[in-house]
Amino acid sequence: MSDLLAWPVLAGRGLRLSMRNLEALLISLMLPVLLMLLFVYIFGGAIRTDTDYVTYAVPGVLLLCCSYGASLTAVGVAEDMTQGVVDRFRSMDVGGPALLAAHVTASTLRNLLSTAMVMAVALLIGFRPDAGPLGWLAGLGVLVAFIVAMSAVSAAVGLVAKTTEAASGFTFFVLFLPYPSSAFVPVDTMPGWLHGFAEHQPATPIIESVRGLLLDQPVGDRPWTALAWCGVLLLASVALSGPLFRRRTR
Amino acid sequence: MHDEPAIETAGLSKSYGRVTVLKGIDLRVARGEVLALLGPNGAGKTTTVRILATLTRPDGGTARIAGHDVVADARRVRRVISLTGQYAAVDENQTGAENLRMMARLRRLSRPQARRRAAELLERFDLADAADRRVATYSGGMRRRLDLACGLVTDPEVVFLDEPTTGLDPRSRQAMWRVVGELTATGVTVLLTTQYLEEADRLADRIALLDGGRVVAEGTAAELKDRVAAAQLTMVLTSTDAFEAALHALGGRVTQLDSARRSLAVATDGSAAHVRSLLDEIDPGRTAVESFAVREATLDDVFLTLTGTTKEAAGV
Ligand SMILES: Nc1ncnc2c1ncn2[C@@H]1O[C@H](COP(=O)(O)OP(=O)(O)O)[C@@H](O)[C@H]1O
Ligand SMILES: [Mg+2]
Repeated sequence: MSDLLAWPVLAGRGLRLSMRNLEALLISLMLPVLLMLLFVYIFGGAIRTDTDYVTYAVPGVLLLCCSYGASLTAVGVAEDMTQGVVDRFRSMDVGGPALLAAHVTASTLRNLLSTAMVMAVALLIGFRPDAGPLGWLAGLGVLVAFIVAMSAVSAAVGLVAKTTEAASGFTFFVLFLPYPSSAFVPVDTMPGWLHGFAEHQPATPIIESVRGLLLDQPVGDRPWTALAWCGVLLLASVALSGPLFRRRTR
Repeated sequence: MHDEPAIETAGLSKSYGRVTVLKGIDLRVARGEVLALLGPNGAGKTTTVRILATLTRPDGGTARIAGHDVVADARRVRRVISLTGQYAAVDENQTGAENLRMMARLRRLSRPQARRRAAELLERFDLADAADRRVATYSGGMRRRLDLACGLVTDPEVVFLDEPTTGLDPRSRQAMWRVVGELTATGVTVLLTTQYLEEADRLADRIALLDGGRVVAEGTAAELKDRVAAAQLTMVLTSTDAFEAALHALGGRVTQLDSARRSLAVATDGSAAHVRSLLDEIDPGRTAVESFAVREATLDDVFLTLTGTTKEAAGV
């Protein structure tokens, strides 16, 4: 009950704090944009895809942007856990659920903003999606589900991390996750031993759903696979976060 | 309900793994009373405060705050307490006003109420000029004052202050003492921890001396001071024989000794007359004492005297 009331207050705090961490904010915006320019103008010419390469690569860039942005949640949570803030909150009857939900909420809002900015640059450099309003809505829905799930995973990682530095290490790892998937290069051009991982890791169905939905191509059951992945990741993190939080605050 | 003590513990014990931190703490703090938990680093002060503030469960014993059990009634306890921990719990990247408004909102004040309360507290804690600056730009003393203010957005019945001035420079410490003094004057119950006798003396009605997980002495500052001298006279003797003789002459009055360096200490009020009479008593021939020094009693002296664990352990 009290956690439900504290949640929006703490989400506001999270948003304020992340908007003021200029360094992290700039990196989470510049990095995807630079990577997009890099892929489109430098590698793009050499990669053969069915559509214009910009159009092929943008969903992957969006995913990369969101996964990195969401992974910063780990740093925020780790910061709170290593300082006295959590004790004060708990002494005010504001518990782990409120704090973690607030971090995830702030992360989601922050990432929607950076997604919009990356999308704007993409449109500028020739990204031409054909989707109608419904396709946009569905594509955005998958992306939001991914952001929420990834933020929850990161929050759990933040509870495990002993230091904020360890938590930043996780954001680095996350940056590489989209590469062995169909984000930037079609999977069938990769060596055979990578196919299994690249096709079945969560990034692939998510990217392909977003791509298919935005480009108005047939997507089959891809979006459902994507949402199922997000659901599983979210539930697993929420389930793990309870005991992790209690372990850290004994 | 109101004759119940604000804080009452019985046989509180706590271990972390194989380390026993608290071995049975019995405390009783009346409403409106200020108790200082005085003890060196590692004595278990923070652990005690964390148990009383419902953050850690005790392994044994009970604790009640305003009549509510800290384990069974944790929620009720949290509604009447405020905790200002050993390490500042304010957000560096929010302004002072934002931190306070957030705390007020978490305590269910409405937005306008929160704004008003934050402004009041900023004024009261001498932070009005820095209200809209990020905490990252605050000095250590300002940060502590803000941290304390954050605990007072709704008037709590019991306030816990864990080492409120550790790490502050003398001026900020004075300022902090003034604010804490004003707070205790409002009649709220306060349990504060400190490593400094002077601080306990300044701020508290009563002092509980914590050592090795136990309360080894308890009383008003005056009562404790009667048992501990204001100063120590430390002497170095000229020979081992002189050292043994002085030891024999002083007997139980020796508070510290170091036989390797032939030095010993004895309590004094620090006055010239008393020091002179002590020296005359030990060394009527004026050959036995090589050198002497008078120094203020330290927490060590208080412990050594009150715990009875005199002698070699402490060194001189
Ligand atoms: N969470 C913990 N895990 C293990 N040991 C702890 C923990 N908290 C405190 N201790 C140990 O308990 C002892 C007392 O600590 P503490 O209550 O912080 O003392 P104080 O606040 O008086 O300095 C110390 O030896 C400390 O190392
Ligand atoms: Mg401590």
